[in-house]
Amino acid sequence: MSERPAETRVVVTGLGVVAPNGVGVEEFESALRSGRSGIRAHERMAELGFGSRVAGVPQGTDALAEKHFDEELLRAMNSSHRYASIAALDAWRSAGLSRPGPDEDAVDWDTGCVIGTGIGGMDTTASRVVPLVDAKKVRRLGSTVVEQVMASGVSARVAGLLALGNQVTTNSSACSTGAEAVAFGVERIRRGEAKRMLCGGVEGESEYIWAGFDSMRVLCRGFNDEPERASRPLSASAGGFVAAAGAGLLMLESEASARERGATIWAEVAGIAVNCGGQRAGGSMTAPNPDGVRRCIRQALDDASIAAEQVGALNGHLTATGADPKEVDSWATALGAAPGELPPITSTKSMIGHTLGAAGAIESIACVLMLAGGFVHPSLNSEDVHPEIEPHAGSIPHVELAKPDLDVVAKASFGFGDVNTCLVFRRADR
Amino acid sequence: MTQDEIFEKVTKILTPYVKNQEALDSVGMDTHILDELKVNSARLVDVVLEFEDAFDIEIADEDVDSVETVGNAVELISAKLN
Repeated sequence: MSERPAETRVVVTGLGVVAPNGVGVEEFESALRSGRSGIRAHERMAELGFGSRVAGVPQGTDALAEKHFDEELLRAMNSSHRYASIAALDAWRSAGLSRPGPDEDAVDWDTGCVIGTGIGGMDTTASRVVPLVDAKKVRRLGSTVVEQVMASGVSARVAGLLALGNQVTTNSSACSTGAEAVAFGVERIRRGEAKRMLCGGVEGESEYIWAGFDSMRVLCRGFNDEPERASRPLSASAGGFVAAAGAGLLMLESEASARERGATIWAEVAGIAVNCGGQRAGGSMTAPNPDGVRRCIRQALDDASIAAEQVGALNGHLTATGADPKEVDSWATALGAAPGELPPITSTKSMIGHTLGAAGAIESIACVLMLAGGFVHPSLNSEDVHPEIEPHAGSIPHVELAKPDLDVVAKASFGFGDVNTCLVFRRADR
Repeated sequence: MTQDEIFEKVTKILTPYVKNQEALDSVGMDTHILDELKVNSARLVDVVLEFEDAFDIEIADEDVDSVETVGNAVELISAKLN
C-alpha cells in the first residue's frame, strides 16, 4: 500500500466490464491471459462503404440487458446505456453490495458515480432525432429520447438503478475519459466527500460514432479480411486504430470504508495525474505534446510516492497510430529507463480496439486484474515491432507473462485535445 | 374491431408501463391509468404513439387530455375507427 494515511487511501473493491473480448470480469480476464481478440468484421461499416470494416463490439449484451432490466426501461436504453448498466450491476455485485429495488426509498448518500463518454448518445441522435425532426415528425420522438441523447444519460441511468445519492455526473475528455473518471473519483474520496465512487466510462456501438474517425483516416483499413490482426499497437505495420465499444466501471472506495465492511480489495489506486499539453511543442488537437505526457507520468508517480524503478508493468494508451513510438519514448524518458530497462509494456487495445470513452476504464480494469493475478497480458500483433521501438522490443510480451511479484502498474490514456491522464495502481496487501 | 378487441390491445400496450401488477390483473374499463395502474405520466406520450401505430389512427393532443381510464382510451380509439 502507499504511504498516504489510511483514511485517504483509495482502493478498488469492485469491477464491472463489458468488453469486445469478454463480458464480465471472469471472461475478460480469461481473454486477456489467453490473448483472445474481440475484433470482428462489421457488416454495417462494410455496407456503408467505410474504409475500415472491422470493429470491437461486446457480444450477447442485449440478452443480458433483457435479463436484468424490465421492458419499459429497455425502451429508454440505447447501446451505451445497456453497456454501462450491465457493467454497473456487475461492479456493484462484485463489491458485495445488493441491488436496491425500485420501490425501496433508501438512498445511498455515500456513493456516487462518474461515468464518462466521449461522444454521448449520438447513435440515438442520428437514428431517431435527426430523421424525424427533418421529416417534421417531432411528436414521434417520444419521451425516451432526451435521456438517451444527453451526455449525462449514462451516469443518470446508473444512479437510478443503484439509488446513488452522492455526486452523479459524466465527464468527457475524449480517449482519456475512462481514466479521468477514475481520477475524479479518487479525488472525491480523498477529500472525504464520498465513501465510494463508481467510476469509468462507456461508448456505444454506432457507425455514426465511428464515421468521423474513418474520414480522418485514423482507423485501420488494411486488415478488413483478417479482423483479429487489425489492431496492431507497437508494430511496424500498424495502420490506425480499430473502432470499438463497451464499458468499464471500477468501484473506488476509501480503504477505511472497505475494511470496515470487510470488502474484498482488488488493488489500490495509489497515484493520479491529469494535465493537458496545451497543443503546443508537438502537440495538436489530435497528437500529444511529449513534454505534457512525461510531466503527467512523473506527477502520477510522485502522487503515489513511487520511484520509477518500482514500476513493474505499463499499460499504455498505444492505439496503433503513428503516435505509438513517441509514447514508448515518453515512458522510457519519464521512467529514466534505457533500452532493456523498460518494464513490460502492453496495449489492451491490441485485443479490444479503441473503446473511446470506455478505454481508460476497461484498460484500468486490465491493470487491476494483472496486479491481482500476477501477470502481464500479451500485446497482440506486435511481433513486427516498429523500428523506433525496436530498442525496447524485449519489454513487449507476446504471450501471457507470469509476474507473481508484480506490485505496481502504471496506466496512461491520452485523448484528442492533447489531454492526459496517468494512474498508478498498486497491489493490495496480500 | 369490437370494443373487447380494442380493450385487449390497449391493455397489452399498457402492460410494460404498468407498475401496479395487482391493478393490471383486475383491469377493467374503469381502471385509472395513472392512479391505479401507476403508469409513469412521462411515458404517456409513448403509449399514445403506440396506440396510433397499433390502430393506424391519429390522436390529437387535446384528445389525450380527456383520457384518464382504460375505458376512456378504448372509447376514443373506437370512435376514430368508426
